[in-house]
Amino acid sequence: MSQITKTHDPIVAVKNIGKRYGAINALAGVTTEVRAGEVTCVLGDNGAGKSTFIKMLAGAHTPSEGEMLLDGEPVTFSSPRAALDAGIATVYQDLAVVPLMPVWRNFFLGSELTKGAGPFRRLDVKRMKTITYTELDNMGIDLRDVDQPIGTLSGGERQCVAIARAVYFGARVLILDEPTAALGVKQSGVVLRYIARARDRGLGVVFITHNPHHAYPVGDRFLLLNRGTSLGDYAKADITLGELTSLMAGGAELDSLAHELERSMGADSPVVKELEREAEALPEAAREELVPPTAS
Amino acid sequence: MTTTDIVTIATRPRMERQPIRRLLARPEMGALVAALAVMIFFSVYTSNFMTLAGAGVWLESASTFGIMAVAVALLMIGGEFDLSAGVMTGFTALIVGVLTTNYGLNIWVAVVVSLAVALGVGALNGFIVMRTGLPSFIVTLGTFFVLAGIDLAVTKLITGQVSIQGMAKVPFYDTIQPLFGASIRIGGGVFYVSVLWWFLVTAIATWVLLRARAGNWIFAVGGALNSSRQVGVPIMKTKVGLFMTTAGAAWLVGMISLFRTSTVQANTGVGQEFIYIICAVVGGCLLTGGFGSAIGAALGALIYGMVFQGITFAQWDTNWLRTFLGAMLLLAVLLNHWVRTRAGGGR
Repeated sequence: MSQITKTHDPIVAVKNIGKRYGAINALAGVTTEVRAGEVTCVLGDNGAGKSTFIKMLAGAHTPSEGEMLLDGEPVTFSSPRAALDAGIATVYQDLAVVPLMPVWRNFFLGSELTKGAGPFRRLDVKRMKTITYTELDNMGIDLRDVDQPIGTLSGGERQCVAIARAVYFGARVLILDEPTAALGVKQSGVVLRYIARARDRGLGVVFITHNPHHAYPVGDRFLLLNRGTSLGDYAKADITLGELTSLMAGGAELDSLAHELERSMGADSPVVKELEREAEALPEAAREELVPPTAS
Repeated sequence: MTTTDIVTIATRPRMERQPIRRLLARPEMGALVAALAVMIFFSVYTSNFMTLAGAGVWLESASTFGIMAVAVALLMIGGEFDLSAGVMTGFTALIVGVLTTNYGLNIWVAVVVSLAVALGVGALNGFIVMRTGLPSFIVTLGTFFVLAGIDLAVTKLITGQVSIQGMAKVPFYDTIQPLFGASIRIGGGVFYVSVLWWFLVTAIATWVLLRARAGNWIFAVGGALNSSRQVGVPIMKTKVGLFMTTAGAAWLVGMISLFRTSTVQANTGVGQEFIYIICAVVGGCLLTGGFGSAIGAALGALIYGMVFQGITFAQWDTNWLRTFLGAMLLLAVLLNHWVRTRAGGGR
């Protein structure tokens, strides 16, 4: 593809950013970066701080500490609109589509192309249909008919239309908020393929998920969050899927779970063996951080 | 466009076209079939339905309902109701009547004042609905009763009667009357200018819905308000504009009825708001918004006009009209429900 523009400088870099709501520390000490043509995965369980993190990236919240760099320059987004103007687009879980409207009308909703002037200013239907068809085709979605209501598409396809729309309207960084959360195995695969497509077209993708099996195949960088802190920011070369999974599940918690189960199930139980193996596989540094002070 | 885009366009398979299936999926299809059925039935059953004289009667009957049904359809596609639409037709006519016969205001000025007041009430409806988030059903029910009360009380207070008389004696009446009340005789039939207004309103509404940005926004705010807001559709402007359009259409119908009969009753239009809604729903509008058509609503009104006059021609008891309307409404809602579950239910 001709659009690949891999650069060595990150588009967006965050350094030790955090967010405090009054006395509550929602997120602290998060460092990662998003590069063109790469996928940065943000992993964490419910309540880990994923939403807070993307809201800061998307301009919905301003960080209360740390700094955010856009193309190497410090930046503060005052609103989602400001982030959008800087090329950071967010695809939320509800996708912002109108189910009963045709695919092409949804694609251009709010940014319609028109021709003519004054009272005769009208929609450029032909051009919008052609562009919709082309853009979806470039993402590898072959819709036979862009005139069908978007509600008739599958969940994965709808997700992809939302991604294609963000790409077309000039996104350089695409934030995807749990795009595979509500999907089945097959549909998730479809969405992952389009994430890879967006990456190959030179976009920096931020992929939020709680499923390491979805993140690992497409991700280039993994930011792990747990209870409002960062468990680390790994390049793909520095971490295996096994390690990622264990970190997600919480290494120390896994250890103690193994002990607990040992008592009830016996040390030779295959489940316990599996858990122990996973705990072993954790990177040493991450493990130490995880062990609660009382236990050490 | 990049080179890959152009290559893709050049090599893509031809977009599949299924004209018949697409036609059947149009919202107004059901109304078209029903209109043809009603037309054929009365043409065969009565001798004077399908004559020029007969057509003049049922077209005139359908026209005023058609203008309102089209405006109400736009509003319903936008996800709102306007129960004050019926009483507004009488309200606007009464304003003109009172201002001219009692205060001697120039009739052209009075007509413009009436339009301004109508648009103001429409904007107020829209503004209250959008600001409070209350259902428009309740808000406009309130406006409906307020206006109905004003119509009776103020008319009686000022003129001492419950109707406006002597409109034809107002200066310059003849200069404005043809605009709303003219008629021509073709063969044995009398055709009113209101039929032209009806066609014009339907044509403009259809064009706006399908080919203007505003139309896109109307479907969007009715279909998914939150999504519309997220992608930058001006929802306040769209919805308030819709309420004002309905009020404007009510003004047009008010003028038509005023200048055709040169009199107006204080209770004109009360109870007709539901007929507009029925026409719109029979024409394929969803009660929940986001789907429908202006042509469908116009066809719904045509059905109403034809049945209303057809029953008279057939010399049946006209009280059956309401029963027929109710049955039509139920059928239409069932049909719409089926369309919606097919199109919007998702998988």
